[in-house]
Amino acid sequence: MTATGAAPARTYRNHARPAWRRALLNREAAIIAILVIVYVVSLAVVPNFSGPLTITYLLRDVAPILLIALPMTLIIVTEEIDLSVASVVGLSSVLTGLLTQAGVPFLWAAVVAVLAGALAGVLNGFLVTVVGLPSLAVTIGTLALFRGIAVGLLGTTAITEFPEEWTSFARSNIPGTPVPTIMVAFAVLAVVFAVVLHFTPFGRALFAIGLNKEAAAFSGIDVGRSKFLLFVASGAVSAFAGVYFTLLYSNARGDNAMGLELQIIAAVLLGGVSIFGGRGAMHGVIAGVLLIGTLGSALRLANVTSDIINVITGLLLVFSVISSSLLAWVHDRRAAAIGRRRGVSAPSSRTP
Amino acid sequence: MEDAVVTPSPPALELERVVKSFGPVVALRSGSLTMRRGSIHALVGENGAGKSTLVKIVAGLYRRDSGELRLEGESVDFTSTSQSKAAGIAVIYQEPTLFPDLTVTENIFMGRQPTDRIGRIDRRAMRAEALEIFERLGVAINPDRVVEGLSIADQQLIEIAKAISLDARVMIMDEPTAALSGFEVERLFAVARSLRDEDRALLFISHRFDEVFELCDTVTVMRDGSYIDTLPIDETSVDELVSLMVGRDVTEMYPKLPADVGDVVLEVEGLTRTGVFRDISFSVRAGEIVGLAGLVGAGRSEVARAVFGVDRYEAGSVRLHGRPLPGGNPRLSTARGVALVPEDRRKQGLVLDDGVSRNITLSIRSRLAKWGLLWSGLENEAAKVWASRLEVKTAALDAEAGTLSGGNQQKLVLGKWLATEPKLLIVDEPTRGIDVGTKAEVHRLISTLAQQGIAILMISSELPEVLGMADRVLVMREGSLTAEFSRDEATPENVMRAATVAQEVSR
Repeated sequence: MTATGAAPARTYRNHARPAWRRALLNREAAIIAILVIVYVVSLAVVPNFSGPLTITYLLRDVAPILLIALPMTLIIVTEEIDLSVASVVGLSSVLTGLLTQAGVPFLWAAVVAVLAGALAGVLNGFLVTVVGLPSLAVTIGTLALFRGIAVGLLGTTAITEFPEEWTSFARSNIPGTPVPTIMVAFAVLAVVFAVVLHFTPFGRALFAIGLNKEAAAFSGIDVGRSKFLLFVASGAVSAFAGVYFTLLYSNARGDNAMGLELQIIAAVLLGGVSIFGGRGAMHGVIAGVLLIGTLGSALRLANVTSDIINVITGLLLVFSVISSSLLAWVHDRRAAAIGRRRGVSAPSSRTP
Repeated sequence: MEDAVVTPSPPALELERVVKSFGPVVALRSGSLTMRRGSIHALVGENGAGKSTLVKIVAGLYRRDSGELRLEGESVDFTSTSQSKAAGIAVIYQEPTLFPDLTVTENIFMGRQPTDRIGRIDRRAMRAEALEIFERLGVAINPDRVVEGLSIADQQLIEIAKAISLDARVMIMDEPTAALSGFEVERLFAVARSLRDEDRALLFISHRFDEVFELCDTVTVMRDGSYIDTLPIDETSVDELVSLMVGRDVTEMYPKLPADVGDVVLEVEGLTRTGVFRDISFSVRAGEIVGLAGLVGAGRSEVARAVFGVDRYEAGSVRLHGRPLPGGNPRLSTARGVALVPEDRRKQGLVLDDGVSRNITLSIRSRLAKWGLLWSGLENEAAKVWASRLEVKTAALDAEAGTLSGGNQQKLVLGKWLATEPKLLIVDEPTRGIDVGTKAEVHRLISTLAQQGIAILMISSELPEVLGMADRVLVMREGSLTAEFSRDEATPENVMRAATVAQEVSR
């Protein structure tokens, strides 16, 4: 149907900026660049950093963060947050341990743990989307709740007996490489989450929710259902990370992965996801996690104490948050200045 | 019109070539205005002409980029609203900003309560002054009751009382009558005249010409952010003002095309939501434009939202092509061919921080996907079609929707919903805040769509728009449908009466 009669067809450019600027001048590219610089400098300066063992240990240690950062990215894009993830890791670790101890085959124990994690996500999602409470408050509450259950179930003891074939599988590498096998699972999940976020109608809905909930609802997006699914995914992936964590250190304890949620959120924000929702990309987040991991690993090898490492990652995060605000401010100032000049000297010849 | 002879007095407030821009958007190109004591000055102009920006500069909410602002001949520069208040300027907005839980008296003296010798608030003095002001204004408002529950009109009078107690010499009323009934407007005008006779300078902003001609003695016209002309009211006419405002003739403003009215598309029966609307029944046929008129707050948008499914309703039914349409599910409504262009395009219609093409394709994203996947190429392809049909002006398809002008944003929302290929199109205030040229384009588009057999429900607060476009006019007042007029029966008087005057209807 021609809506407005015989008007000359307008042509539209797809993009306002040339391709190289879109590709290079953004948060994700900056984080990747910093990651490469930190890595190269560490190779040159830090003794023992260049060995293949470094890569193995580095990736093993950041694997839980990498895994949980995937659903966390989607949640933060919708302007929500899940602070209970590390407690779910702990809970899943304890469940895996107790069930294995009780003689349940390990695979089944792991499946039950992951289902329990999903259930924890159902509780979060229910409180946020059905009851309508803010996720910050809800997940602070369930952070304590899930951790409490985990510690309550196992007390202060630890379960350290796990089937040998599974623990060595968790510590194995992809044959012929220094890359841990868990990275295969991560790669599969990363592709799934990245595709969902960036190349599906559901992903488009998540960004719309994060930028403008009301307009999203008016566009036929079920805001509650979308968020609910994310919390369930977050619970399940966190529980899976918990199973891996348990195997990696042959250790199921109630206080496993304590405080990990803050590292995960820090890495996601560092990777360019806006805490206000609606902005972010998966490759930036992965680079953000790897940056924090690499920095920590390099500094540890250089015999820097963990307090100092915390201070440095903290500063990095603060700086990254400030830098995006600063860039926005500079951008606004420039736009305002351009507007003022146009307003006085060159009134545009818009037809009234 | 009572006093035609205005003796020249020194200007109370003067603006000269005031400029204000927000980023690249110039809101006020060249604002000039001269307000005199003992005069009621009208400021008219289309939406977006810069009236509100000018008022906000005078009120101290915005700082001007350049130009002169003079009070009693002296140049002033307000950096806050408290400075402009202290200088004797009062602004009464369409929606008063009072504390609902405090009493009328407390609101009038908020922040500057009179105190007695030992520093306690002197309630007696406060109350006495409030009573005196209301008596002077000739209105009966109980100074001891809380503001909550008072009508908008009464709340405006409280704002005026506040201004008087501050001894404001310059009073600006920004569309004060938009939500008032006929009687309330008369009372406000009586108050305005007595304020004028106290030698104050008044500025009256309104879209209603009859009010401008009844109340004011001078009129200033603005267009596209610039001063156009100032005229004594008895030397001008409605036609002259309109052509000054628009800058050209308005013959093509409401291009209503003949359309074949077909089968019933939408049937609403007994729709009720407690406290919002009750027992709403109507139908819309294919090819028909049904106008839904009424005052702001009459419940029109709420009905539209309930039909579309964004809000829920408690009783009643909605049928589409004879099939029941379950409530509370916008996704299903969209799939069944209902589209709603909401009243607030910035909050409800668009994701301002997202790109043009993502906005256009947001409602059809599932339909657009191939094998469940969606990428920019697919979106841009679909977006191009609708952007060019509606002649959206944008730098690129990935430009943020918020960077477009109001008119182009509205086209974007229309395009987004037309892309769903609706059978029923509900448009809520389709031309609010957009320039005249685009307005005519939107009207032509709506007319064309009706001709193509789409059923259209148009909510509008602009009477000429409703009367110019609709085949049938429904009128709502305080949550109820009060009247239905055919195109021939619908006159401004009929519709306004049904929208404002309480009738002896049994509840």
